[in-house]
Amino acid sequence: MNSRSLQTTIIFLVIGGILALALGGFFGSASRQFSSVLVEIQTWFSSRYLGAQDFFTAPRDIVSLRARNDELEAQVSQLQAQVIELQQRVNETDILAALVAFSRTNPESTYKAAAVIGRDPSPFLHYVIINRGSNDDIRRGMPVVTNQGLVGRVDSVIADAARVQLITDPASAINVYLQNAETDAVLFGSVTGDVSLNMISQDVSVEPGDLILTSGLGGGYPSDLIIGQVVTLRSLEFELFQQATVQPAVDFTRLEIVLVITNFRAVDITPLVP
Amino acid sequence: MRNIVAFPLLLVAVILQSSIVSQVKLISGHADLPLLMLGAWALQKRVKSAWLWAALACAMLAFISHMPWIVVVIGYFAVVYIAQTLQRRVWQAPMLAMFTVTFVGTIFLHLLSFLVLLALGTPFLFGDVIGLITLPSLLLNMLFSIPIYTFMRDLARWVYPSEEYE
Repeated sequence: MNSRSLQTTIIFLVIGGILALALGGFFGSASRQFSSVLVEIQTWFSSRYLGAQDFFTAPRDIVSLRARNDELEAQVSQLQAQVIELQQRVNETDILAALVAFSRTNPESTYKAAAVIGRDPSPFLHYVIINRGSNDDIRRGMPVVTNQGLVGRVDSVIADAARVQLITDPASAINVYLQNAETDAVLFGSVTGDVSLNMISQDVSVEPGDLILTSGLGGGYPSDLIIGQVVTLRSLEFELFQQATVQPAVDFTRLEIVLVITNFRAVDITPLVP
Repeated sequence: MRNIVAFPLLLVAVILQSSIVSQVKLISGHADLPLLMLGAWALQKRVKSAWLWAALACAMLAFISHMPWIVVVIGYFAVVYIAQTLQRRVWQAPMLAMFTVTFVGTIFLHLLSFLVLLALGTPFLFGDVIGLITLPSLLLNMLFSIPIYTFMRDLARWVYPSEEYE
């Protein structure tokens, strides 16, 4: 046996002895300390690696998060738009339901629903434009109402639209009937959109809250359409007639859908006026 | 061909005027978008088509408004005339010219509307018209005149490119 193989044999024996002692549990405390050092070193490397990984991968996460955030924001906007649209539809449905209820309680008239799509560009005039015209059998002079009361009457018509003169227009004059006082009067519009009563006889007692209806005189409107209520009365002894301010039943600032009474034909009495 | 832009632009202006601007009220007055656009357009240097724009705006407005057409025609052509006169004389201060056109044009158009409607039998009180319609409309027109002038100036530069415009 030469010296090299002797060395090899000794090394194997030492290693085998160490392993045998380790397996026999004689190196317990030493191996625990050794393994704990290894674990600490492993932990240090691992934490540094994870830190470096975070450093390099974090920007990608931010980009993806931003994209996700944008996506969710877009979704929220879409849902908000849907909510608004649905609320609008609920409002329209409420209005239409009220109009249907109104038309059922007034079966003597036939109605055509129309949406208000515009107003007269001039601030001097109170007209609205509706999306029904001669194609829908709308004719000049037809009264326009809502479930709350009288709106006005059709002033001019084209194929798919019509212009309606509101009762608040300064040129509007309507023969009306005061229900409680049982007397006739004339309702006028004004530049401000307020309406007022005139031509109330001095010997008639009118109280605030009295209901005002169309009288049907003159043939411009059917009778018994609600217009509003008397708010204040002005009665001066030296004047021929009393005057009253009126609260219209219809909110003209929020006109959206109206009903055109299609079975009423206005009578033109101009040739009879001297 | 350049004037083709007037059709969609004025159409949109008249639609906006009827559907939105006329509902944005200050007391009983509201802004007049076509008047401001015509005034601003006529104030632009080298713009020769202002009369055509005025005629187009008059045709559109006379179609949808109950206002007698003569009021619209005289009123809007007067606005263009005032704007072109001012453009030649105070061209170095365009915003001042725009404010002047807006002021004079609004007053003139409202006065004309008042007189013609009064002549046709509509009962108006001059004090009501001034206080409730004209002054609020004037204020709104003044406010809107700045962005509309800027928009029309940019439009004029687009329609008439720089080498022709400057």
